[in-house]
Amino acid sequence: MSRIVPYDPSAPLPRKPGHTSRGRLERVLRRGEFAVTAELNPPDSADPEDVYERAAVFEGWVDGINATDGSGANCHMSSMGICALLSRIGFATVMQISCRDHNRIAIQGNVLGGAAMGVANFLCLTGDGVQAGDQPDAKPVFDLDSISLLNTLRTMRDESRFLSGRKITTPPQIFIGGAINPFAPPYDYRPLRLAKKIAAGAQFVQSQYCYDIPMLERYMDRVRDLGLHRQCYILIGVGPLASARAARWIRSNVPGVHIPDPIIERLEGATDQKREGKRICIDLIQQIREIEGIAGVHMMAYRQEELVAEIVHDSGILKGRQPWHRGMDTDPETALEEVLEEVQST
Amino acid sequence: MPRITAYEPAGAGPVRRLRSPFTIRQWSVRHARFLERLYTFFADILLGLHPLWRALGYGRVERPVKSVEQVVKGFLFDCRMCGQCVLSDTGMSCPMNCPKGLRNGPCGGVRANGNCEVEPDMPCVWVEAWSGSRQMAGGDHIQNVQPPLRQSLRGTSSWLRATAERAAREEAARAGGADAP
Repeated sequence: MSRIVPYDPSAPLPRKPGHTSRGRLERVLRRGEFAVTAELNPPDSADPEDVYERAAVFEGWVDGINATDGSGANCHMSSMGICALLSRIGFATVMQISCRDHNRIAIQGNVLGGAAMGVANFLCLTGDGVQAGDQPDAKPVFDLDSISLLNTLRTMRDESRFLSGRKITTPPQIFIGGAINPFAPPYDYRPLRLAKKIAAGAQFVQSQYCYDIPMLERYMDRVRDLGLHRQCYILIGVGPLASARAARWIRSNVPGVHIPDPIIERLEGATDQKREGKRICIDLIQQIREIEGIAGVHMMAYRQEELVAEIVHDSGILKGRQPWHRGMDTDPETALEEVLEEVQST
Repeated sequence: MPRITAYEPAGAGPVRRLRSPFTIRQWSVRHARFLERLYTFFADILLGLHPLWRALGYGRVERPVKSVEQVVKGFLFDCRMCGQCVLSDTGMSCPMNCPKGLRNGPCGGVRANGNCEVEPDMPCVWVEAWSGSRQMAGGDHIQNVQPPLRQSLRGTSSWLRATAERAAREEAARAGGADAP
């Protein structure tokens, strides 16, 4: 069947058998490609151009853009707003939902709204405590937690009903994700926690920043023993450190980030610390890629987003593959499939 | 720009800290196996008294039982009377003491020393829960996916609810067994 209408980048892709969403990220992962996602630093403004500018540096380099939901408990443009703007022009977005700011009524409504706008991927997070951000006097909601949130989204998608049991006439077609942190105690429980997230509905997970490969390897050994890497796509979080000073600050001020001393020493020993930070990031990605059971990386280059393209290029993880960018007059994979279907039907 | 005071415990000043040390709560986690046995024993007694509760009316005994429960569990676990007790699934560490109220496991912010992200001088209730669960016979229940809290049950007795539910289940099973040939 050939297309009659011109290619509309914001339209969901045709649904493939076995897929739960109509987005590009799920396709890339299910094909077994090494996926790359990146986190967009949300603007403190109401100007859509700010979002487009920040997304432009990722274009053609990543398979999904994460829109954070008040990360670090600071106010920014909402993940819903960012996803609306980006999905409108064809970007694959990962809409983050944090349990800190919304109760179950708001969250379920947002999932329907997001999915209706073309968001195919949702990331279920607990969220940082309000104390971490610029509004420590806010009321923390935490009506759900990350795992009951995963379960809620899966119920909505697979059973076409809200938590209350009330019917959803058209369920959201979504790819559901969670977060993992192999670098925080209790270390021996962390793989089981991933198992629990999978049991609750996680199809992919993105991890906290990884700067400690041996620790990640120990975690992944256990994950493979449990067979979890076959039930869920695991994307490891990485990001360049701007300087040794920044690394120290992150280590003591951002919850859940573990940066071992040798990394900081390596930064300190360099003449150009920013460049060395990028080099470390590339080295880490190349080591992560070699670990069995890892499906991709999640780039969190906070305030250094312009480095993402270089890092992805220099690390060679795409192996010549080019993720979607504007101006592709059709989605390459869809076009190929249509040709194949025509061949098969004749 | 306001000074960002990262991770100073909000609503938990030094006075509250002094008032609620974690000693007893931590003792309970260390003795999770014993408390699990004690609870099983005690739950059977409550179930045995089900005819009495029913005769008096569950609604009428709610208040006195709740008061006892609040004192006992408040002392042992710093219980917050969520009304849907999951202590036997969480290593005898009450998840409602987590500043985020997480009922399904630790968040990613646990500090390297095992303390809470939000309250730096408090041991993470989920690190405790994991260690407590390792001693318990039903320790693997920590993997049960807990549904979201039902806010409407806050402040009610979960002992009585668990007893009523168990009695109903057993009656249903008996009725089902009687129907079978």
